[in-house]
Amino acid sequence: MLEVFFLILAFLALLGGVGVIAFRQPIHCAISLLLTLLSLAGIYLIFSAEFIAAAQIVIYAGGILIIFLFAIMFVSVREAEKKKKYIPGWLLFLFFGVLLFLNLGIFIRSTIFEKGKGLGDTILNFGGNTEAISHTLYNYYLIPFEVVSLFLLVAMVGAILMGGWGVKK
Amino acid sequence: MGGEEMIPVSWAIFLSLALFTLGVIGVMIRKNLIILLLSLELMLNAVNLNFVIFSHTHGNTLGQVFSIFVMTIAAGEAAIGLGIIIAVFRIKKTMDADTLKEMEG
Repeated sequence: MLEVFFLILAFLALLGGVGVIAFRQPIHCAISLLLTLLSLAGIYLIFSAEFIAAAQIVIYAGGILIIFLFAIMFVSVREAEKKKKYIPGWLLFLFFGVLLFLNLGIFIRSTIFEKGKGLGDTILNFGGNTEAISHTLYNYYLIPFEVVSLFLLVAMVGAILMGGWGVKK
Repeated sequence: MGGEEMIPVSWAIFLSLALFTLGVIGVMIRKNLIILLLSLELMLNAVNLNFVIFSHTHGNTLGQVFSIFVMTIAAGEAAIGLGIIIAVFRIKKTMDADTLKEMEG
């Protein structure tokens, strides 16, 4: 049963991933990425990462993708119809990508993964997935957490600064 | 959800590898700057999936904590990258990565 769910979600995720690099209009690519993000949220649920699944939907699908849609609507360029969407010689790079997949895939095939322990015991200890994550985050990674908040401040200031770049006063 | 009835780990890692490869191909062959950033998000998602898989395999939540950090960095990267792309669009009036040849040599 779990296998069927996983295979359906994996197929949808791969379909969205192919759509991102195959569609012509950026808005179609963004919607296609949304399909991938939602399928990955389902796969996180299978791997008992409920908080990450919720954060995936809220942050990626609700935040990052909306920024992308704003940017696509903001530039609104009508030049994509006649031009080629791929660089010249793209088949060579597609071949390089397939080569990367085969190369890493052979390594994965030849690796023996031990049977996963699962998160059941850890989650039972803390009383929930979110509690377990917060315990790890605030006990062992408090300083990186604060540094990341500083990073977000810098990113916000930088985005505001660069959004006004080149505007004629 | 015990350890017996779980799907094999290698399936999920192959999914992560396929998504990462699609992102790499997209960054290499597409011309539109926004789609370059979308492919970058695809790669970051593949990495996130890997963290979650191994967090489940090893039975602790360190991987999930790390994937939260990856998500935060992805949000900042998307904001700054799109800011740069909009600035480039204002100056050059195009979204084509091939027309940015000031540093061509």
